[in-house]
Amino acid sequence: MTESKATSSGPSSQQPDVLHIARLARLAIDPAKSAELGAQFARILAAFQVLSTLDVEGIEPMTRPTDTTDVLREDRERPSLAIEAALANAPARVENFYSVPKTVGGEL
Amino acid sequence: MSPAATAQDACAMAGAFQRGERSAERNVLEAFERLDAAEPRLQAFAGTQRERALSQARALDRDRAQGISAGVLAGVPVALKSNMCWQGVEAHCGSRILAGYKPPYTATFVERLIAAGAIPIGMTNMDEFAMGSSGENSAFGVARNPWDLARTPGGSSSGSAAAVAAGIVPIALGSDTGGSVRQPAAFCGIAGFKPTYGRVSRYGLIAFGSSLDQVSPFARSLRDIELVCHVISGVDAADSTTAQLPPMEIEAGDLRGLRIGVPAEYFPPQLAPEVRKVYDAAKARLLELGAQLVDVRLPHTEYAIPTYYVVATAEASSNLARYEGIRYGLRVEGDGSLQGMFAATRAAGFGAEVQRRILLGTYVLSSGYYDAWYNRALRVRRLLRRDFDTAFEQVDLIIGPTTPTAAFRLGEKTSDPVAMYLSDVMTAPISLAGLPGLSLPCGFVEQDGVSLPLGLQIIGPALSDPLVLRAGRSFEEATDHHRRRPDLAQLQAVRA
Amino acid sequence: MSSTPQSDVVGLVSPKTGVHWIPVIGLEVHCQLKTWTKLFCGCRNEFGAPPNSLTCPVCTAQPGALPVLNREALDLALRTALALGADVAPRSKFDRKNYFYCDLPKGYQISQFDQPYCKGGGITLSSGKRVRLTRIHLEEDAGKAIHDRGPTTLVDLNRAGVPLIESVSEADMQTSQEAFEYLSTLKQLLQYVGASDCDMEKGSLRCDVNISVHPAGEPWRTKVELKNLNSFRNVQAAIEYEIVRQVEAYESGDPARMPVQETRLFDAVAGLTRSMRKKEDAHDYRYFPEPDLPPITVGAEMLERQRAMLPEMPPARRERYQAALGLSAYDAGVLTAERPLAEFFETVARLSNRPKEASNWITNELLRCLSDPELEPTSIDELPFRPHDMALLIEMVEAGALSVQAGRKVLRAMFQTGKSPKELASSLGLEQISDTSALEGWCREALVGKDKIIADVKAGKTKAVGALVGPVMKASKGSANPQLVQEILLRIIAEG
Repeated sequence: MTESKATSSGPSSQQPDVLHIARLARLAIDPAKSAELGAQFARILAAFQVLSTLDVEGIEPMTRPTDTTDVLREDRERPSLAIEAALANAPARVENFYSVPKTVGGEL
Repeated sequence: MSPAATAQDACAMAGAFQRGERSAERNVLEAFERLDAAEPRLQAFAGTQRERALSQARALDRDRAQGISAGVLAGVPVALKSNMCWQGVEAHCGSRILAGYKPPYTATFVERLIAAGAIPIGMTNMDEFAMGSSGENSAFGVARNPWDLARTPGGSSSGSAAAVAAGIVPIALGSDTGGSVRQPAAFCGIAGFKPTYGRVSRYGLIAFGSSLDQVSPFARSLRDIELVCHVISGVDAADSTTAQLPPMEIEAGDLRGLRIGVPAEYFPPQLAPEVRKVYDAAKARLLELGAQLVDVRLPHTEYAIPTYYVVATAEASSNLARYEGIRYGLRVEGDGSLQGMFAATRAAGFGAEVQRRILLGTYVLSSGYYDAWYNRALRVRRLLRRDFDTAFEQVDLIIGPTTPTAAFRLGEKTSDPVAMYLSDVMTAPISLAGLPGLSLPCGFVEQDGVSLPLGLQIIGPALSDPLVLRAGRSFEEATDHHRRRPDLAQLQAVRA
Repeated sequence: MSSTPQSDVVGLVSPKTGVHWIPVIGLEVHCQLKTWTKLFCGCRNEFGAPPNSLTCPVCTAQPGALPVLNREALDLALRTALALGADVAPRSKFDRKNYFYCDLPKGYQISQFDQPYCKGGGITLSSGKRVRLTRIHLEEDAGKAIHDRGPTTLVDLNRAGVPLIESVSEADMQTSQEAFEYLSTLKQLLQYVGASDCDMEKGSLRCDVNISVHPAGEPWRTKVELKNLNSFRNVQAAIEYEIVRQVEAYESGDPARMPVQETRLFDAVAGLTRSMRKKEDAHDYRYFPEPDLPPITVGAEMLERQRAMLPEMPPARRERYQAALGLSAYDAGVLTAERPLAEFFETVARLSNRPKEASNWITNELLRCLSDPELEPTSIDELPFRPHDMALLIEMVEAGALSVQAGRKVLRAMFQTGKSPKELASSLGLEQISDTSALEGWCREALVGKDKIIADVKAGKTKAVGALVGPVMKASKGSANPQLVQEILLRIIAEG
C-alpha cells in the first residue's frame, strides 16, 4: 500500500497536521479552533499509542470477521428508481439532473 | 403509571393476537398512549408514524378476521432506530446532515419484520451516526434512562433501549458496532443481542463501521429476542456480507454441562466492590444451574479500544463521504465552489464527535500512516480474534460484565472523548471478532439512592447464536432481574 | 519538426542538435463491459437513456445501500484476461479509492488496488513487437458531470456503477502508430470476446497516454499524462504533438519549459496539449480493502469454463484461413477484422464449399455494399439476408447462371430487398443462359457469312472471335454467358 512513514516501532506520536487531514476529508475547520482540535487529536492518538508496543510480526491483517468469498449475483435487471423518486431528496435540481456549483472539470 | 400499563412481551402479544383476544389496533393505540405519557421526559422517540402504524394494524386485524394466517410477530408494535431505512420515513441518524431525509427504499430487516406482522410505530433517538455511548451526541433529542432520568440509557441506540425499558414497546431494533446495543441494554435492565457478524442483513442500515455493524434487537425477555432474530436473520442477496445461512432457529436446552469461561481481563481490579458482588452472584447462579466455570485468558483485551477506534473510524470516514449535499440531506453553499460546498456542508451538518472520528479515520488511512495505524490495527484485530478462538477450545461460552459500571450521569463524560471511548472496553473486542454477544439483566447496584441495573454479557463462538440465546434464556428463567421495572411515575414529574 | 518516423528511425532525430530522441509510451485504457446490468446493482447498463432514469439506492449511494458483484462482469473480465494471455490471480479483492467529486456518489470508487484480478499478458503488433500488459483490474464507472449546460454543473448518474476494466500497458511503445495499432488490436480482441464494444464515441472505451522522451542510450525521463483523447486518431495526434513539444522543451534549455510530471489535456481543434490547472496536493486516495465485498477466488475449473467460451481469436483464425483455406494473408486479415464478418464468411464458405470465391465476394463486393451510403445496412448484423443466400449467389455465378456483373447487381438487390438471389435474378431478368445447345444455335447463326473472321481465327488470331460475341448477346437478349459463347464459337470454328 502507501509507503510506511514509521518503522516497525509503530505509529508516530507527532501532532498531526489537522488542516491537511480536514482538507482530505472535506471538513471546513475554523483555523482558530485548529490548534485545540490538533491537541485533542494528539491526546487521542497518544492514548492509542499502545498499539505500537505489540509484536505483530507474521500476523495477517483482518479486514473482516468472516472468511466468505465469491458472493455473486446474476446479470439480471432489477427495477430502477423512478426519476422523481431518485431526485426527490436532492437539495438542488435542474430538470432531471442534480445541480452542483460549476467545476472546470476533473477532481479539484 | 402502573406496571400493568406497560407492554406485554411480544410472544404474549402475538399469541393473544393469533387467538383473537387482542386486536393489533388496540396494541398500537395503547403503545401510543404509553408513548405520549412517557415521551416529553423520556425523549426516546425522534418521530412517530401513527397513520402508518394504525393502517397496518387495521389491515392485520382484517386479515385475521378473514382467516388469513399471520406472521409470528403479528400485532406487535416495535420501534426502529433512526439509522434504519423505512421508505418515506425520516431517518436522520441523529444528525443535522440528514434532517428530513426520507429513504426511497426499505431495509431488508425492516421488510422482514413487517412481513412477520410487526408494526413499527416510530424512529428512536440515537448518537449521531451511531457514534457515542450515551445518546448525548445527538443533534436532536437525547434519550433518558427510565431508571433515573438524570442518567444516560447508554448509546448509541439510546432511544430504542429507553423505549423498551419504559415499556412502551416490547421490541426495538438498535445497531451494535462496538457495544451500541449491549451497553444500553445493560444500563436499562433489558436484554440486547448482537448477532454473529453477517447473521443479519445490513442492507438499509445506515453504515458506520462496515465490518462491525449489526442490526441488534432489544427486548425484555430472551424468548422475544429469539423470536425477532428468527424473523430478521438469514442470508440476504442484497448484502454480500451475510452468511449463506437460513434464519436462526431457536434452540432448546439449558445450562447443564456447559463450560463457561471467565476471563480475568473482564474482572479487573478497578471494578467497584458493589459491582463485583453482583457478578459473583451471577456466577454462583450459573454454577447452580449446572454450568462449569473455567478461568480463561484473553490477553490482548487492553488493545481492543484503540484497535476498535482505528478500524471503526477508518471505515466511517469512508462511509460518511457520501454526505456532501448533492443527492440528499443538508446543503450549505460555502464559497460557491464544488469542494467548498462539500466542506461547508459537512462542517455544518456533522457534530463534533462525528467530525473528530472522520478526521481520525482519514488520518489512519492517509499516506504514510496506513501501515503504522490502520494496517497495524487490523493485525491486532486478528490477535484479538485468536484470543477468543483459543479460549473457545476450552469453553463453550464466555461471560463478563457488559460494562464496568452502571449508567453514568448525562454530562459526566462529554468533556473527554477518550473517557467516553473506554465505556466500550468490554463490548468492543466481541465486535472486532465478529462474535455473537448478549447482554441480559443480572442485578442492581445502589447509587445516589437509585437502583441501577447491571448487565451480564454472554459471548459465543462465531455462529453459535442459538446457544448464546438459550444460555441467556436459562439464566433469565432462573432469576427475576428482568422482571423489575423502573418507576415510571417519575416520568410524569418535572425533573431537571 | 515532425515526429513521423523517417524510414526505420523510431522517434525523431532533432534537426537542431542531431540528438536521437526516443519516445516511451504506455497506455491506460478503460473499457465498459457489455453486461446487461451494472457492476454492483441491477440497474440497466445502457448508453443514452434519459438522465437519472437508470439508478437505484445502490448506485446513487443512498445511506444504507450495499454493493453486490455482477457475475457476468467477472466472467467477461476473465475471458478478456485469457484472450490477452494474462495470468489470472487465484484470489483478488476490491478496494475503496477515496476522493470527492460530484460524479462519484459514494465519495469513493470501488476498484482493485494491490490485488487486481489479473497481471501480465500483452498484445503482439503486426511488426511482431509485443506490447506487454502490466495488469487489468475491475472497477465501477462514475456518473457524468455536464459543465456546458447552464450556470451550474449538472450530474447524471446513469453511468455510475457501469462495469469497467482498466488495462495498463507497460511503456513498451515508441511510436504513435504503435499506440494506434495497440488500441485497434485491443478493441478487436475485446469485441471478439464480446466483452466490450470499445466505442470511443459512446464512451465505452477511454484512453489515457503516459509519455516521455529521452536521448537514445540515456535513462528515461519525466513522464507526462495525456487525457481527453476522444478517438484513436486523436490519440495518435496527441502523441505526435507531445513528442515534439517535449523534445523542443528539453532542447530549449529553458528551465520554465522543462517537462514536469503533470496531466495535459488534448485540444483536438487546436491540435495541441495543454496543462491542466495545477492541483495543490497530489491525490491521497487512502486505499483500503472494501469491507462490503468478499474476495473473489478463481480456480482452474472456472478458468477452463471461461476459456471454453472464448471464440477462436483473430491470430489463430487468420492462420487457419491461410493454411486450411488457402487465403492470402491480406484477405485473412480483412475477413477476421470483426468477428461477425468472420463468422459470416465461414458459414458462406462452408455452405458453398468455395472458400476462395467466398472470400473474394465478401472482401470485395459485400464490404463495398456495406460502406455504400445509398444502401441502408451498414454492418453485418443488419444484413437482410442470410449466409445461405450469399452462398447461393456464389454458386449461381460459378455455375454460369449469372455473369459476374449480374451477380453484383443481384447482391445490391439483396441488400435492398432481402430476397433470395434466385428470385431476384429472375425478376430482374439477369439470368444468364449457359445451356450449350441454345447457345450453339445462336453461335452458328452469328458465324454465317463471317468467313474473314473464321479465317483469322484459324490463322491464329483467336481474339477476332470477339466481334461475334456482341451479336450472340443481342440475339440472346443479353442472357448468354459471354465466356461460353466465346468457347463455343471457337469450337465450332475449329470443328469446321
